[in-house]
Amino acid sequence: MVIPDYKKYLAVERLPHIWCAGCGNGIILKALLLVLAELNFRPGEILLATGIGCISRAGDYVSFQRFQGTHGRTLAFVTGLKIARPALKVFCLIGDGDCAAIGMGHLIHAARRNLDVAVLVANNLNYGMTGGQFSPLTPNKSLTSTSRAGKIEASLDICRLAEVAGANYVARTSVFYHGELRKYIREAISKTGFSLVEILTPCPTYYGRYNKIGGPDEMLTWFRDKTVPLKKYLQMDKQEQKDFFWRGKLVE
Amino acid sequence: MAGEKNKVQFLSGNEACVWAGIHAKARFFAGYPISPATEIAEMCAHELPRHGGFYIQMEDEIGSIAAVIGASLGGLRAFTATSGPGLALMQENIGFAAMAEVPCVIIEVQRFGPSTGIATKPAQSDVMTTRWGTPGDHSLIVLAPSGGQACYDLTFAAFNLAEFFRTPVIVLTDAVIAHLREKVTVKSEEELFLVNRDKRLLRVTGLVHDSFGYSSDVPEVAGELITRLAQKIEGHQALLPGPRFYGPESPEVLIISFGISARAARQAVFLAEQEGLAVSLLELQTLWPFPEEEIRKMGAEVKTVLVAELNRGQVQREVRACGISPEKVRGINKIDTTVITPREILNEILTVIINN
Repeated sequence: MVIPDYKKYLAVERLPHIWCAGCGNGIILKALLLVLAELNFRPGEILLATGIGCISRAGDYVSFQRFQGTHGRTLAFVTGLKIARPALKVFCLIGDGDCAAIGMGHLIHAARRNLDVAVLVANNLNYGMTGGQFSPLTPNKSLTSTSRAGKIEASLDICRLAEVAGANYVARTSVFYHGELRKYIREAISKTGFSLVEILTPCPTYYGRYNKIGGPDEMLTWFRDKTVPLKKYLQMDKQEQKDFFWRGKLVE
Repeated sequence: MAGEKNKVQFLSGNEACVWAGIHAKARFFAGYPISPATEIAEMCAHELPRHGGFYIQMEDEIGSIAAVIGASLGGLRAFTATSGPGLALMQENIGFAAMAEVPCVIIEVQRFGPSTGIATKPAQSDVMTTRWGTPGDHSLIVLAPSGGQACYDLTFAAFNLAEFFRTPVIVLTDAVIAHLREKVTVKSEEELFLVNRDKRLLRVTGLVHDSFGYSSDVPEVAGELITRLAQKIEGHQALLPGPRFYGPESPEVLIISFGISARAARQAVFLAEQEGLAVSLLELQTLWPFPEEEIRKMGAEVKTVLVAELNRGQVQREVRACGISPEKVRGINKIDTTVITPREILNEILTVIINN
């Protein structure tokens, strides 16, 4: 396989990045840049929009247009931007806290309006930038710095939320499945209207350590073992489902 | 279309703001309904599409200002309108616009607060919140019209100032001015002077950033950025609408006021003149950056400075900070939802002059 020249989209002079060893954000960014290279976008016609949090620093490592707004509001900024510049291809790279907690309202309304944007949610199951607190997407019973005895709240399925809000394309995978990740990103970008890809990604520094999953490689295999295809997931009983994440395409 | 056929119109303050926006080529409005600013959104929904523009009703005020910033970055002149509670929600993104240097205009129709307060009653108690509502050292521009014509002129100016200084500009009106219907002369096409912007690659962030738009935590970069953001506005006050002066040049009493209270003060100056009293008015058109120099100069020459405003002394405090001796400065303040009347100001003038 010929690897397309993704480095032209990378601000190489800004490296090394700030992400921890074993973080999945680099895998996500590379997957996105590879897809951009495959689709051969010109720098002037694309924009990477991010919010606040670990993944949102991705904007510092791209050579093309980037917008980094305030925490949770990325999709509201992009709503105005897309009205002014409808031809601009916009990719949002936001975290689980950004999209499911502080910015959930904007996510729902962007999907309802069918805003033409591809939203990539880097779900590392906690707030990494602030030291590993639980987010709405953190699984129940997880240990985090604000749930030392286990998270007592239920977690949220952001994909199903996007589905009922009217998203055109919804899929979930993990950085472990790199080929699938690129495929979903490519499909999301190629789709007109609102599309969302939730990407399960390791945070060995906090989530992995607190929950005794292990280091970077153990976390990657943990995601392999914890994810099941959507079809199989739907055949499980409710109790069993609680131990797994589904992966696959929910809406297309 | 009424606003362009006739040069002289009979408009409410809210309507005047919208026409100023349309004439200033603002083509994007994002908003959320809130009294007493709602008519601005309603009118934009109606008029902007007819002028090739866009109206979007966002899910809240946070989203509204965010969409305005996004549209502005995309090349459209953009604005929103709100009142106190909505402005509170917008504050984080107003700071973002200041940090990322995004031109945008926010029309704030003040109502009685804090909190929900009384939605339909006027106040002038958001003076400080417009200046310091968003965290961090920053500078921005706040203009305060005192009637329909000023709503038109200052809103028009706001769009140019936003572009020129690349900053958020707040037009601070109130519930009375917003609904007061007056004669307004609108500009003809050839009278319109518009500051245009250059279109450039977008590399935008609210983080401290270098001149290429990449984030940085280097002390020199941070220090230079924050200094430049403040000085680019504060160092150019002469370009901002200056205070308006009414009355004799060497008065015994100087009234300082703005917005609807300045209208009462103007009448009070007239009443005082009929009583044979030397009273003048300095009506502030730009509230922030505060016109320190003019006030210091004028304040030094008079015996008494009266500051008339519908709050507990927010501008009065700034007037004192200009270095005018404290015993000279007195406030005429009302915080009961009613406006200050010319007679009330005159009574205060008479009391002051008798004591002098």
